[in-house]
Amino acid sequence: MQLSATEQAMLDGAEGPAVQRALAYQVKVGRFFGAARMVPITNAHMMGDIEVLGDAGLAFLQDMQRAGALARIPITTNARCIDFAWADRLGQDPSECAKEREVIAALQGMAVMTTDTCINYQTLYQPHLGERVAWGDTGTCIYANSIFGARTNFESGPAALAAAITGRTPEYGFHLDEHRRGSFIVDIAGATLADLADWGALGKIVGEGHQSYYTVPVFTGFRRTPLADELKQLGAALASYGSMGMFHFVGLTPEAPTLEAAFGGSVPRDVERLVVDDAAIELVYAGYDLGEGDARLVVFSGPQLSLFELRDLGRLFEGRRVAPGTAVFVTSSNGVLSAARKLGYLAPLEAAGVCVLEGVCFYILQNLSQMREREGWKNMISNSAKIVNIIGAHRFRTILRRTADCVEIACTGRLA
Amino acid sequence: MTALLRLTRGFGSVVEGEAIVSDEGFSPRYDLDRWSGVITKPGHRLEGLSIKDRICFFPTAKGGIAAGWAFYDIQAKGIAPRAFCFGVTNPVMVQGAVLAGIPITEGWAPDPRTVLRTGDWVRVDPGRLVVELLRRAV
Repeated sequence: MQLSATEQAMLDGAEGPAVQRALAYQVKVGRFFGAARMVPITNAHMMGDIEVLGDAGLAFLQDMQRAGALARIPITTNARCIDFAWADRLGQDPSECAKEREVIAALQGMAVMTTDTCINYQTLYQPHLGERVAWGDTGTCIYANSIFGARTNFESGPAALAAAITGRTPEYGFHLDEHRRGSFIVDIAGATLADLADWGALGKIVGEGHQSYYTVPVFTGFRRTPLADELKQLGAALASYGSMGMFHFVGLTPEAPTLEAAFGGSVPRDVERLVVDDAAIELVYAGYDLGEGDARLVVFSGPQLSLFELRDLGRLFEGRRVAPGTAVFVTSSNGVLSAARKLGYLAPLEAAGVCVLEGVCFYILQNLSQMREREGWKNMISNSAKIVNIIGAHRFRTILRRTADCVEIACTGRLA
Repeated sequence: MTALLRLTRGFGSVVEGEAIVSDEGFSPRYDLDRWSGVITKPGHRLEGLSIKDRICFFPTAKGGIAAGWAFYDIQAKGIAPRAFCFGVTNPVMVQGAVLAGIPITEGWAPDPRTVLRTGDWVRVDPGRLVVELLRRAV
């Protein structure tokens, strides 16, 4: 790996032990992937909360802060595991809440902007074509690569933090043209995709069958302009089910003005073609059932909701009540929720008995397994295919349903 | 000793241990109880199995950015595997393993599912990019 004179000096300790440690770590990761060099970045986004950090991760952050670590470019934080206003009511551990405050203090001490959102691409920063960033939360990465044409790999918490400390990242994966070309075609001419959950179902179908970070699906044939929230659900599901970091959408994403362009010039003759139509989407929904459990937990989260989603959800809950014994959770960022409150979108949700959580995502909530046991929840129903996929380690059974169906289930306690 | 598998890339020191050979991919966020080291996702093909001190052969990495911190955390808790060998991985697994000092490799030939069984004792050498079979499971 070729380092510049500045980078070599960093590695030799010229900018202090924190920079030295961060760059040494990045070089090891870069060598694994055969990176030829480091490249400068303009923005970073990191996951760092006590649920995933554990005591060891917290100690690591505090060590780095003591060593003088300081972000040299803007770095924001992903959703965290505690909304302090709700912690008591949700039965979260006071000791972990105290540690979460230590995490936040350590991050802020390193000039990390604790924005606590997984939809930074909708609310905080929209990198332009070719701009190199270091983003974590897979949904943010796939959105940056695909919709903006920016360049990032999946950068986990320590990797994104290191990138902000050095202002660089190793050049491999989606920083290189060769990995950004399409791998196969997904024809969605026969898919209506009228609900957000349908876009997640599409991501599940495509992702599950092609699990590989470097597989880049090329969507074609769709007959209207998808909305940002629809592309958010698609990307989050592809990244979740397929571990994918990029997709093309012909005529929409900047590196795919044509089908040929999506493949880097010409479409390979033997390229795989997958057709996903309405029938295939319906089959996804048919694949879920209640099992031995009931339908007492409905979650709108993972990713956090945009202002538009909150407005639409408020309309669906207007004048209704969550069924007795049912719990409904909605999560978003401080910025979105502040605007939603000002515009009156939260009132119908709160009047209906929906729990609106700030700065968190449901599946990473501290003490979630204990919460599930205490409440006797077996099934979790959601319109997010991503959260339906990833909450399994907490032993939830999961059911994907369309948005209006989720609201109906929430208000009746019966699976629609 | 003859190499049982040849690997494409690797990080970390030479380790020996009992193999877990999985047909299904892996994510510490989606599949693992990070307080016990047991795979708890309902329906995972290795559900109920502990990865502690094992050498884990997973064909793919599932999404999820959590591995970056989670591997460091499970290493500190003493429930980490001795090595991760992936058919295809993603950067998060590598970033996490490097931070935690857990050996990790990507790419293999032949596919371990054709020549290795869970319980076999193997040696992984990420420097020489080989996996060697030391003894078969009884």
